[in-house]
Amino acid sequence: MNEQTAIKLTPKDFATDQEVRWCPGCGDYAILKGVQKALADIGTPREKTVFVSGIGCAARFPYYIETYGFHTIHGRAPAFATGIKLSNPELDVWIVSGDGDALSIGGNHVMHMLRRNVDVNFLLFNNEIYGLTKGQASPTSRLGTRSPSTPAGSIDAPLSACVMALGVGARFVARGIDRGQKELPGILQQAHAHKGTSFVEILQNCIVYNDEVFGDITDKAIAGDAQIHVRHGEPLLFGKDNDKGLRLDPKTLKLSVAELGKDGVTEDDILVHDQTNHMLAQMLAAMDRPDFPVAIGVLYDNPADKTYDAAVSEQLQVAKSSAKINSIEELLNSGSTWTV
Amino acid sequence: MSNTAEIIEPRGGKREVLESVVVRFAGDSGDGMQLTGSQFTHSTALTGNDLATFPDFPAEIRAPAGTTFGVSAFQINFGGREILTAGDQPDVLVAMNPAALKVNLDGLRDGGLVIVDAGTFKDRDLRKAGYDSNPLEDGSLDGYEVIEIDVSRLVLEAVKEFGLGNKDGLRCKNMWLLGLIYWLYGRDRQPSIDWLEDKFKSKPETAAANIAALNAGHAYGETVELPGEILGYQVPQAKIEPGRYRNVAGAEALAWGLVAGAQLAELPMFFGSYPITPASSLLHTLSRLKQFGITTFQAEDEIAAVCSAIGASYAGQLGITSSSGPGIALKTEAIGLAIMVELPLVVVNSQRAGPSTGMPTKTEQSDLYQAVYGRNADSPLVVVAAHGPGDCFDAAIEACRLAVKFMTPVMLLTDGYIANAAEPWQIPDFSTYEKFPVKFHEKAEGFSPYLRDKETLARAWAVPGTPELMHRIGGIEKDYDSGHISYDAMNHQRMTDVRHDKIARVADFIPEQALEQGEADDDLVIIGWGSTFGAISRAVSNMREQGYKVAHAHLRHIWPLPRNLGDLLRGFDKVICPELNTGQLSTVLRAEYVLDVEPLTKVQGQPFKIREIEAAIRRALDGEGA
Ligand SMILES: Cc1ncc(C[n+]2csc(CCOP(=O)(O)OP(=O)(O)O)c2C)c(N)n1
Ligand code: SF4
Repeated sequence: MNEQTAIKLTPKDFATDQEVRWCPGCGDYAILKGVQKALADIGTPREKTVFVSGIGCAARFPYYIETYGFHTIHGRAPAFATGIKLSNPELDVWIVSGDGDALSIGGNHVMHMLRRNVDVNFLLFNNEIYGLTKGQASPTSRLGTRSPSTPAGSIDAPLSACVMALGVGARFVARGIDRGQKELPGILQQAHAHKGTSFVEILQNCIVYNDEVFGDITDKAIAGDAQIHVRHGEPLLFGKDNDKGLRLDPKTLKLSVAELGKDGVTEDDILVHDQTNHMLAQMLAAMDRPDFPVAIGVLYDNPADKTYDAAVSEQLQVAKSSAKINSIEELLNSGSTWTV
Repeated sequence: MSNTAEIIEPRGGKREVLESVVVRFAGDSGDGMQLTGSQFTHSTALTGNDLATFPDFPAEIRAPAGTTFGVSAFQINFGGREILTAGDQPDVLVAMNPAALKVNLDGLRDGGLVIVDAGTFKDRDLRKAGYDSNPLEDGSLDGYEVIEIDVSRLVLEAVKEFGLGNKDGLRCKNMWLLGLIYWLYGRDRQPSIDWLEDKFKSKPETAAANIAALNAGHAYGETVELPGEILGYQVPQAKIEPGRYRNVAGAEALAWGLVAGAQLAELPMFFGSYPITPASSLLHTLSRLKQFGITTFQAEDEIAAVCSAIGASYAGQLGITSSSGPGIALKTEAIGLAIMVELPLVVVNSQRAGPSTGMPTKTEQSDLYQAVYGRNADSPLVVVAAHGPGDCFDAAIEACRLAVKFMTPVMLLTDGYIANAAEPWQIPDFSTYEKFPVKFHEKAEGFSPYLRDKETLARAWAVPGTPELMHRIGGIEKDYDSGHISYDAMNHQRMTDVRHDKIARVADFIPEQALEQGEADDDLVIIGWGSTFGAISRAVSNMREQGYKVAHAHLRHIWPLPRNLGDLLRGFDKVICPELNTGQLSTVLRAEYVLDVEPLTKVQGQPFKIREIEAAIRRALDGEGA
């Protein structure tokens, strides 16, 4: 995305002098760490990096990262980021949002940022709850979620962030986990390298209002079976001993879980991940417990020929080089005039 | 004036000389009334008359033909003296069909001239327009001069040789009538002929048919004896200040003013907008001016539009957004953020009539409260208003100037009437405009995001990409000194005060209020703002001619108000404030100056008539019972 700098930065260079004020144990701390590490590895000069956020616990992020930062209003960060990127395409623009911020009030803006394909990185911290406003159900909350606003259990069907993103035309979709410090910086780096909007959902634990909502994915004891880490060009294997894999039934066009060595299944029967395959990405994004593992990693990375900001710059250049009227004087005197 | 039409004395008689005339063209939305009107406007300007126009669109894009709600009209007032409004009452009504007659007859002056296409007054058309009997036969036009012509038949004859079908042939009706009106006022047809040739370059037979229709209408006037022995009129040239002129519509001049403002600030411009009547024309105009370094962004809604513009300002461009009242309502939260983070932003509001959807194609001035007060919490910004089509240019530049000088959102008020109306405009000499170049803050030493200029209290504008100045801004209250998040009670007081004081200080950097007409010791002052300028100005000058001691003050700056305004108003015995709302500026002035301001209000989706303001002046100065 941007030229690399000669100065070697460390994660510490990205810490601000502000005290971080998330609840102790909040998953946001881990994500902050992962982002700081990724930024140090990427090496874009700090002054060329901008973090934009809406409102929510997650959206406090810019205050904690030593780059330029703009903490805006609820749900609208993509619109601010679009204005920033179009005004200065040199900037490395990151958006931090929560599930309420991105998918409730800001759903419209997320959709349009993705379909336009503005060259920014969008990080969605999904804790399946509204944190900052004290624990109401969010658009990703599971059916039956009990919260102050849904005491009898949530009856709204939840939304899958990654399926939505793919559905509206995102060309980079990935999923990570706050605790997944091993792979998170790598995912972020790949997101950054993608020209166009990169959409990264990060499963984040809200220790206060929705503790362990992802326990059925992240618990050490079951994580091997509950997660599948997808890598381009590699077979879609998972399980503690890498003994399970995903197969496609060509008749039903459905995925199924197969065990290697059982019923004559070998590695040749297992699908190989192709991050440019939209159909596959949609199936991987939609996989959910308990029948399937949850897909972690880069589900889809298929850059378009041109990003939105590049197309906008191009139109400006064409207008400048082909315009017949180039000064205010000419503009005011264009068309028919007369002299008294 | 170079090409005054040659005045042919018709049939040995003399053309009657008129000081000024109001003509209203009315027809179906599909009849091309706006085109007819703008052609007439153009040739009238070339003839050397001063003029003002008022396009009156129906709300429906294309209502069923022949219905009253599909009637579109274009009114022009032109004369041999200064013309400031589109005219109280038409002297001439050109009605293309019964519906157009029905909708517009009421406004016509007693004894005025009605020109109708009699060919459209058949049973079916009459019924569609809601007539029980034919107004051409039942005496309902007795108080008027009437010219009935079967234009439909004549135009088909005139274009026969071009092999057009009936439908296409009848499309030339507006040109036929335009030709007749050109004859009536001794106008040159050539500019319209040139225009038709250019417009239908790729369809020469259509161009030829329209030109034939135009010529046929003109020839009809010359040869056929019109009732009432009408021999045509002559409207002498107006005394116009020497200079170079063009016709300009408000939306166009506003767009150019914004482009000019960005250039004077030496900034690229970012324009984020979402379509809404009557604001869309600004988006359309600016979208064609990208060569000036303007990014236009049609956002997914008004919220995204304003947010993208604020993002652009944050990144170092001049962020501009525009809408009409309902869209401005959506932008409100983001405007509050721009106030909080103190970034420049120009918000254009092309006002329209009524709450909610109201009457989108009709004009009003009822968003003044919204502009001055309409946000949550104490959130002052600057409000300026344009008073006419040409004036939009300077008003827009002023909005840009104040936005960057004070690092603040500025609301620029215009309205549907100004946006659509056109007037001859003396093209300004742009080289005489003073630049206000922006210098971004780049010095690391002593920097904090809310470092303020001592004089203006504007904060430092440091943009991403500047080394050593990484900082965070946001909507949360911040510490006065460090710019860090702060919930401290006294700090919030101080920050609220400084945001207020900053806007109050704008008054030190705008001109003092002057009088358009009259003296500071007259008995009465009419104070106005926005598009009522023309009607007020003419009413005041008429009344002054009659010896009334009445003055006129017109506000460019609505918030903050000019420093001397209170004292100026107090010098008069009476203050009347005419507005196309229920008295919003009156309330503001009363609140600011504890002064007895008398509102004169009208909310009918129509501009003031001159005589409505004259009557108010008479009432105020002649005393009760006058
Ligand atoms: C216009 C507006 N409406 C509502 C709110 C209140 N609000 C603040 S954050 C939030 C939800 C945050 O939830 P989420 O985006 O999931 O982020 P989290 O706090 O969980 O990180 C709401 C409803 C607001 N600040 N502004
Ligand atoms: S409320 Fe939840 S999301 Fe917010 S800071 Fe606390 S733990 Fe984190």
